Amino acid sequence: MPKPQMPKGERPKAPKGTMLRIIKLLMEDYKWPFLLAMLCMAVYSVGNISPSVFIKKISEIILNFTAGASWEEARPEVISVLVGMVALLVATIVFNYLYARLMAVITQGFLDKMRKRMFNKMQRLPIKYFDANGHGDIMSHYTNDIDTLRMLISQSLPRLIQSGIMLVGMLGIMLYYSVNLMAVVLVGVFGMTFAVKHIGGRSAANFIRQQRSLGQVEGFVEELMNGQKVVKVFCHEEASARDFDKVNDQLCEDATKATRFANILGPVMNNIGNMLYVLIAIAGCVFITLETPNISLSGLINGNLGAALELAVVISFLNIAKQFTGQVNGVAQQFNSIVMALAGADRIFRLMDESAEADEGYVTLVNAEERADGSLVEADRRTGVWAWRHPHKADGTVTYERLRGDVRMYNVDFSYVEGKKVLEDVTLWAKPGQKIAFVGATGAGKTTITNLINRFYDIEDGKIRYDGINITKIKKPDLRRSLGVVLQDVNLFTGTVMDNIRYGKLDATDEACIRAAKLANAHDFITRLPQGYDTMLTANGASLSQGQRQLLSIARAAVADPPVMILDEATSSIDTRTEALVQRGMDALMKGRTVFVIAHRLSTVRNADAILVLDHGRIIERGTHADLIAQKGTYYRLYTGAFELE
Amino acid sequence: MIKKLMGCIRENKRNTILTPLFMVGEVGLECILPMITAKLINAISHGADMADILRYGAILVLMAIGSMSCGILAGWFAASASAGFARNLRHDLFAKVQSFSFANIDKFSTSSLVTRLTTDVTNVQNAFMMIIRIAVRSPLMLVFAVIMSVNMGGPIALVFLLVIPILAFGLIYIAKRAMPLFKAVFKKYDRLNNSVQENVKGMRVVKSFVREDYEQKKFGAASEDVRNDFTKAEKLLALNNPLMLLAMYICMILIPLFSAKVIISSAGLEMEVGDLSSLITYAMQILMSLMMLSMIFVMITLSGEAARRIVEVLDTEPGLKNPPQPVTEVPDGSIDFENVSFKYNPEAAAYALAEVNLHIKAGQTVGILGGTGSSKTTLIQLISRLYDTTEGVVRVGGVDVRDYDMEVLRNQVAVVLQKNVLFSGTIKENLRWGDPNASDEEMIRVCKLVQAHEFIMAHEEGYDRNIEQGGANVSGGQKQRICIARALLKKPKILILDDSTSAVDTRTDALIRKALREQIPDTTKLIIAQRVASVQDADLILVMDNGRVVAQGTHEELLASNEIYREVYTSQTKGGEDDA
Repeated sequence: MPKPQMPKGERPKAPKGTMLRIIKLLMEDYKWPFLLAMLCMAVYSVGNISPSVFIKKISEIILNFTAGASWEEARPEVISVLVGMVALLVATIVFNYLYARLMAVITQGFLDKMRKRMFNKMQRLPIKYFDANGHGDIMSHYTNDIDTLRMLISQSLPRLIQSGIMLVGMLGIMLYYSVNLMAVVLVGVFGMTFAVKHIGGRSAANFIRQQRSLGQVEGFVEELMNGQKVVKVFCHEEASARDFDKVNDQLCEDATKATRFANILGPVMNNIGNMLYVLIAIAGCVFITLETPNISLSGLINGNLGAALELAVVISFLNIAKQFTGQVNGVAQQFNSIVMALAGADRIFRLMDESAEADEGYVTLVNAEERADGSLVEADRRTGVWAWRHPHKADGTVTYERLRGDVRMYNVDFSYVEGKKVLEDVTLWAKPGQKIAFVGATGAGKTTITNLINRFYDIEDGKIRYDGINITKIKKPDLRRSLGVVLQDVNLFTGTVMDNIRYGKLDATDEACIRAAKLANAHDFITRLPQGYDTMLTANGASLSQGQRQLLSIARAAVADPPVMILDEATSSIDTRTEALVQRGMDALMKGRTVFVIAHRLSTVRNADAILVLDHGRIIERGTHADLIAQKGTYYRLYTGAFELE
Repeated sequence: MIKKLMGCIRENKRNTILTPLFMVGEVGLECILPMITAKLINAISHGADMADILRYGAILVLMAIGSMSCGILAGWFAASASAGFARNLRHDLFAKVQSFSFANIDKFSTSSLVTRLTTDVTNVQNAFMMIIRIAVRSPLMLVFAVIMSVNMGGPIALVFLLVIPILAFGLIYIAKRAMPLFKAVFKKYDRLNNSVQENVKGMRVVKSFVREDYEQKKFGAASEDVRNDFTKAEKLLALNNPLMLLAMYICMILIPLFSAKVIISSAGLEMEVGDLSSLITYAMQILMSLMMLSMIFVMITLSGEAARRIVEVLDTEPGLKNPPQPVTEVPDGSIDFENVSFKYNPEAAAYALAEVNLHIKAGQTVGILGGTGSSKTTLIQLISRLYDTTEGVVRVGGVDVRDYDMEVLRNQVAVVLQKNVLFSGTIKENLRWGDPNASDEEMIRVCKLVQAHEFIMAHEEGYDRNIEQGGANVSGGQKQRICIARALLKKPKILILDDSTSAVDTRTDALIRKALREQIPDTTKLIIAQRVASVQDADLILVMDNGRVVAQGTHEELLASNEIYREVYTSQTKGGEDDA
């Protein structure tokens, strides 16, 4: 249960709308349980106020009987009041328990549903979202924001509703007994609201400042801890400690202020309540001595409106006032957490309102069988032959096109940010089984091209054809299934080595996974791991070297066995000797496949069927290694080391 | 553990002591208040004599003001004390980490250190404030309230004897059962967060393999896991309130019953109406403090884990220490390894580095070649005593590295690490890590030497250009060159480049090596590289394999005698020869 935080000091933009939306969702999921819980709460809230009524009655009895009467005479009356009280209080306890159990189920169930809603939505978001939003920010939706929501649902919201009910109930009681004294209570409440506004407001402002400094400390610590070894070799320990003290002192200052105001609120509210107590006592007595007519609902009902105030009324008012201020105090204490919860909910809703990745494709990938005459028919089992199932809307027919891995781009333009072209007029073709290499500086657009082929991003202008089909017509999942991708930054998942290889094809047998590992040259090191293929990997495979992780990710792609492979700097962290071995495995893997390779070391692309040299989003040279060396252009200069590959 | 943490209170001692003192004031007044209100009510019930009421009213207001002042001051001091305490904790933690050796750093992961310095400290800070405020307040309140009610109600206070044990045992029982449940919930929460993090980071992989549905199922299971455990824990806690209400209502029924009897039988002599309502107030105070006590019991226990993790860092002994009478001068840049063996973990079976014997003269250039995992980095880290050898001796300038003052040694042996980082700040600020007093001319000189001046000046802000965290806004090759420049500013006697030009093109690489050779001829240079071209003109080349130096010699010698060297050489030059 992470501490609730308010990242970036945001406040909710439309608090009312957010609140309504939370309640609406809550109603969708748990309408009856929630209403039942609220009913239970209403019952026990009424039960909670009732003691003051009973106490008033007993006080009356006592006052009536003190003058010379005996306990035996008074006993039946006292007992009858208490029996009523016992009944009501037992009910209160039962309902309170029911309420708490219901809320446990509702809160956790609702949070579970919200998490899943958020996660499922997130799975449908385009890569663009993940590129544009920091991972830490996305993570905090699942930790901080969900936690503030938990506080809201399980504490603040019920507390607010309960206090509302109780305050109204107590107002009713006060109205019933004495409007005059009620006016006095309201004066006190006015004082309390004033205090909340001043102290609470300052507390919230300082709280936000504290969160900001905390973020700064976190950022500083993270950067320095990451570079701790550099700090050591430069003997920079003292200087870093000094720099840290600066942000640390700032945080201390802001934390002190924030906590101060939060700490002060309690005693101030409490004692305003105490003073109100005195005020009521004095006012009550003044009313009695001056025989001011008491305006009350009971007077209206009993027809003695304007009679003098009774002592017992004053006494019970003291108790009511205490409870009343207690409730106001309780609401005030929720102030911070409600503001924070709404801000958190706002961020959650913003994620849920992101527009999902659009997919208008209708061409799907199916298993197929070849008939004697060479035509394809759909099969319902794995045949090893794949075909594009292409329904034609115009005449309602369906045609099948064999999956071959022929990728062509015609005059493609693309930009991530409007107006800043990353690719311009790119035309390329990869015939089935060809190896196409991209060479160029960082930012030349190599990775962008591969992002367009699997439609992580959509092109701005031009055409991309896959086996002759416009790729926007192909359903995205089917398109991506037909492409294997190995990236420079390897991401492994918590699980065994075997699980991680199997990620490429969930129904792959152990043998198939091992075969893939052998192909990628990963088998050797895996068998040397403590538990071989059953070794658990955690924290993105932290126990493995970067090179080993790359080998695993190649094995993962190999087990998927796609007709087209994209290798984006897939061997950058493998030393040259191992790379040569992997290369051999890769060549085996690539046989019969169309492969796009992005490589830092030119030695790995030498045997490509075509090498494309990119510069500022344009293809400036194209040809085989021998062609390009003969051209003595950019590639030649790169290859001979006269140019920097950055 | 507690003693260690207490040590971080330091200058906040005054505030830490003042807080409970004012708390005593607040609680004391709060407990006397109901007694005076009883007098007030009694005065009212006697017929509302104005003089009495005003007198008691005035006392009450004064006490409320007193209690409020004490409360405000206690809250005020508590805030300062706890924030100050947290600052000291963070300060000590950070300072401790600064004293860590490489071996210590390897033991704690970066993210775990960040958590310890932030979340864990915040948790301990909250617990600390709880202890000096609530843990003082609640028991005091309990005691005062019991005393006052005995004083006022006499035998009626026996009701508490019945109620307090019921509530106390009930609360302890619930807390004890809930604690392990909550700990389990936290673990599951961690797992859930971890799986989200993996998913977000690996989104490209997820989408490439079309694993969205699979991931949803995985997440759904983890989320339900949290839900089930959490619901179980909260259902248990759902007993808390009814239990509290039960205790409260027992008081509310029995106290009026007994009081009514006493008041009526004694005709208001032994007790009066006002005392009844005060007794009820005391009852509430007693029960509330019990409730608070059980709550802080849970909170403090839960923060114990955070405290343990903080103390673990504070208790870690720095792996390397300066000798008592350190040598403070490095005579020259010669390096000798005598029968050096090393393993990272004393329990490990295999040595990471075995039986290395080396003699490098001052001013030599030495190339080191070898595959991934051949312990090249391990070898050079022993020279500036980033780790201590397991066996054998490493000497720099003829002196055992363990006899040097570490700062002196590391300033003379500059290592450009493989996993290098730049820090957020300007290029100048980053360069000054090497020498805080470096002049602009000096910086330009070394940047020219490493072929960095040109690209730095290509940007309009030049040396004042801001580097983003982790050096995100410069390319890999540019970052590497700034890192070398930073090390050169130390004017070291030995310079070690650990694969520091891997992202630099071969021509620039050659220019840098040429400049190093010509401009700092007296500095011993060790160069780890993947490319044979980067080391082939060195005075001495070491070939490493499996933690051993398997061959040493010049390029020509090795080409003639060493299999591995030849293999690497041909694999890297084959293409060029084909076309030549």
